[in-house]
Amino acid sequence: MKIRLLSSAASVVALLSVITSPVAFSAAHGDMIAEGKRIAFDRKLGNCLTCHVIAGGQAAGNLGPPLIAMKARFPDKNVLRSQIWDSTVKNPATPMPPFGRHNILTEKQIDLVTEYILTL
Amino acid sequence: MRKLIFAVTTALAVGLITPVTATATTPQDDVKAFQQYFYDKFPNVKKGDFKDGVYAINEDFRAQWLNSEEFPPYEESITKGEKMFNTPFANGKTYADCLPNGGKAIRQMYPYFDTAAGEIKTLEGEINACRKANNEDPLKYKKGPITDLTAYIAYNSRGKVFNVGVPNDERALAAYEQGKKQFYMKRGQLNLACADCHVTNAGGYARSDLLSPALGNLSHFPVYRLKWQELGTAHRRFGGCNENIRAKAFPPQSDEYKSLEYFLTVMSKGIEANGPATRK
Ligand code: HEC
Ligand code: HEC
Repeated sequence: MKIRLLSSAASVVALLSVITSPVAFSAAHGDMIAEGKRIAFDRKLGNCLTCHVIAGGQAAGNLGPPLIAMKARFPDKNVLRSQIWDSTVKNPATPMPPFGRHNILTEKQIDLVTEYILTL
Repeated sequence: MRKLIFAVTTALAVGLITPVTATATTPQDDVKAFQQYFYDKFPNVKKGDFKDGVYAINEDFRAQWLNSEEFPPYEESITKGEKMFNTPFANGKTYADCLPNGGKAIRQMYPYFDTAAGEIKTLEGEINACRKANNEDPLKYKKGPITDLTAYIAYNSRGKVFNVGVPNDERALAAYEQGKKQFYMKRGQLNLACADCHVTNAGGYARSDLLSPALGNLSHFPVYRLKWQELGTAHRRFGGCNENIRAKAFPPQSDEYKSLEYFLTVMSKGIEANGPATRK
């Protein structure tokens, strides 16, 4: 799993920079956010726009609440991650797919999406 | 009422499906609760309009659709179907010899539970049974000539009212329960039930797709979809909806889809037949 994550040279560099300098840290974090957004918007991956209005997303649906003010509403990152990993724990009848439990996204992809959603 | 249906959904979702017991709801109770749910959810929609699917619940889409109905893309199929219907088989017999009422104005009778045969009979199934009885090859079940024929039959059944019930027969009740289960059960990698989209979230938008109410979902089949550029049967549509949630589609005319069609038709008691129709 870990090996597959570092699929691009860019992410290896990004990861190394995290360890080395605080300036590079924010650049690496920026990359993570961008990648998280790409995954969230990709119709074959998160496809979160099917159900959620998200700033910058086109043709969003409305089956779920708009994803806004996430940091204020999810002060605990783990709670947000769990909602994405298996939304049915909180609400068995939810239409939201259990992205982790059903292997729709990898653990790493869920981490990245979580980081991105927290910026909204 | 909303709560009630929700409870059913949840129970089925987690696999607490019980066989019909003294305490289970009867199909008649289900029909009432099912229809009332949609009447409450869409108080401005006339009861008679549910036959129009998404076009019953959105004025703008309805106006565009009514416009397109001036030159409907399914017209040619009706003509072809009429010709098929009136052309005798090699042995000189016709569909009119097999089908009830000479095959006229019968769309609203299907599917029904045949207590003599102990199974659900669909219109498409009966067409092929007729062909078989007359030594003709069966037609494919998702599209093509079978939809020409059912388009013609649907067209001359317009205005007739669905009134399919569940006979007092253990096997009929079991078929009904199977369809109900198919409808409320979460499936596929995306973990969605038909009811998630066409009951709980009917009227909502998945991306830019408005979700139609399950009430009246089948009254107008076969449907000409702009996406398909041709007509398709209800079972073809079921397969598409299953694949969209990354579930494996069942074959057309499988017990699963026959029972699903049966359940939805029983729920649509009182709705007018108005096929064929055009959809996105
Ligand atoms: C098919 C519909 C659907 C999809 C796709 C979907 N969601 Fe949801 N989501 C919902 C619904 C409905 C809720 C409301 C909570 C519930 O149902 O229990 C929700 C709730 C949430 C919440 C909690 C919001 C709050 O205010 O409590 C978050 C966060 C969330 N979704 C994130 C995501 C992310 C990230 C994705 C994509 C990776 C996603 N959702 C995809 C339907 C969906
Ligand atoms: C992820 C959401 C979703 C799920 C789950 C889903 N559908 Fe659909 N369905 C749609 C959308 C979107 C359409 C096209 C818009 C409309 O007419 O509702 C549609 C259309 C249909 C239609 C055609 C309606 C018409 O007026 O012609 C039928 C019938 C139907 N679905 C039945 C089902 C059945 C049965 C299931 C379960 C096997 C199911 N759907 C599951 C989203 C869904």
